[in-house]
Amino acid sequence: MRFVDEFHDPVLARKLANRIQRASKKPTRLMEFCGGHTHAILRYGIRDLLPPTVTMSSGPGCPVCVTSPGDIDRAIRAAQTQEAIVATYGDLVRVPGSRDSLERARARGSDVRVIYSALDALSIAEQHPGSQIVLLGIGFETTAPTVAASILEARRRGLKNYRVLSLLKLTPPVMRALLASGETRIDGIVCPGHVSVVIGTLPYDFIPRDFGVGCAVSGFEPLDILRAIDVLVQQVESGTPAVANAYPRAVAANGNRTARSLIEEVFEPCDAAWRGIGVVPGSGLAIRPEFAAFDASAVLGFGVEDAGEPAGCRCGDVLRGSLTPSECSLYGTGCTPEHPVGPCMVSQEGACAAHYAYGAGS
Amino acid sequence: MCLAIPARIISIEGEDAEADVGGVRRRIGIMLTPSVKVGDYVLLHTGYAIGVIDPAEAEETLALFRELAEVSEIR
Repeated sequence: MRFVDEFHDPVLARKLANRIQRASKKPTRLMEFCGGHTHAILRYGIRDLLPPTVTMSSGPGCPVCVTSPGDIDRAIRAAQTQEAIVATYGDLVRVPGSRDSLERARARGSDVRVIYSALDALSIAEQHPGSQIVLLGIGFETTAPTVAASILEARRRGLKNYRVLSLLKLTPPVMRALLASGETRIDGIVCPGHVSVVIGTLPYDFIPRDFGVGCAVSGFEPLDILRAIDVLVQQVESGTPAVANAYPRAVAANGNRTARSLIEEVFEPCDAAWRGIGVVPGSGLAIRPEFAAFDASAVLGFGVEDAGEPAGCRCGDVLRGSLTPSECSLYGTGCTPEHPVGPCMVSQEGACAAHYAYGAGS
Repeated sequence: MCLAIPARIISIEGEDAEADVGGVRRRIGIMLTPSVKVGDYVLLHTGYAIGVIDPAEAEETLALFRELAEVSEIR
């Protein structure tokens, strides 16, 4: 596939890795924010190419993983409403809420459908005029404009039975929260490539300015990731943290203006609860009052209390980058992809599932 | 979840387009990329094009990788 295969060249990859090895002298702890990067780093064996001075830890960039148990409970309540059809992206159906999962609610008769696109949820709404369709809007800035587009399209088509439960989250505010907590030492951040296609690189300016930490926006092919690590290692060695764009074929400084203005039109920032991190101010997207007719939370209300994490589950520590998956006592024994306890083992992009799939024991 | 893959635009009809996604034809939404043209490569995410790939930038990045690789050989 064009723009994929060229960025897989193993000879160039090894040479880039050699360059990193030669340059890296100081212990350097990098966080890859995005679960897609965690998956790619393990899949392509990038960790094995890095010198011992450079360590990578996973961040909270997995929307399925950071959805709070309370929000799962609300989604289940939506599914249990009469005439409701809940439409959701992939792995969310298996994530445990405080007592239950959407998968188990479906087994008991609720109508829960896995969709690929918000467009599919619109089609379901058109095909079932007597039902209330609730799209579980999870995701980051990458997905937010597509959900906004679906709401605008529902309005254009005059659909009265399409609603969104917005669990959308924003990347820069949670990065700020992680850096400000000081819990995890981070010398550089590999920033999410496809979030950045939408928001651009400018929203990361505060990272070097306020925290003295460098960051590099990266694509998802092996050469892209190695180049981002290379840039961060050079920044650490020279003591010059900055925002670097290592994915210029897809990312511009201002991002995608059309996508950003659609997000702005339909949503406004709100506080949001992140699993394992807590409530982060201004890190969520709520549907604006003008679009209240499409807002499932107005219909469902709030007030479901979080019951915390399942016993022994340390997904919260993994999501903050302060624990590697194999350091959790449940990893691989009480918690496996077949029988996951926490969300990081449920989602394919969860750090625990990625470590397990590619046999990264330590 | 933030997975996006390259897709080549084959034809455009209003806010929809037909695209070649790794050899498979799909209808996709192009509302977020209004300036896209037939022949362009976009990044496809959950049924929508979220950005247009710049082929000149891609070539420059590959040239930079080759250059960095050579320098690391000489040293």
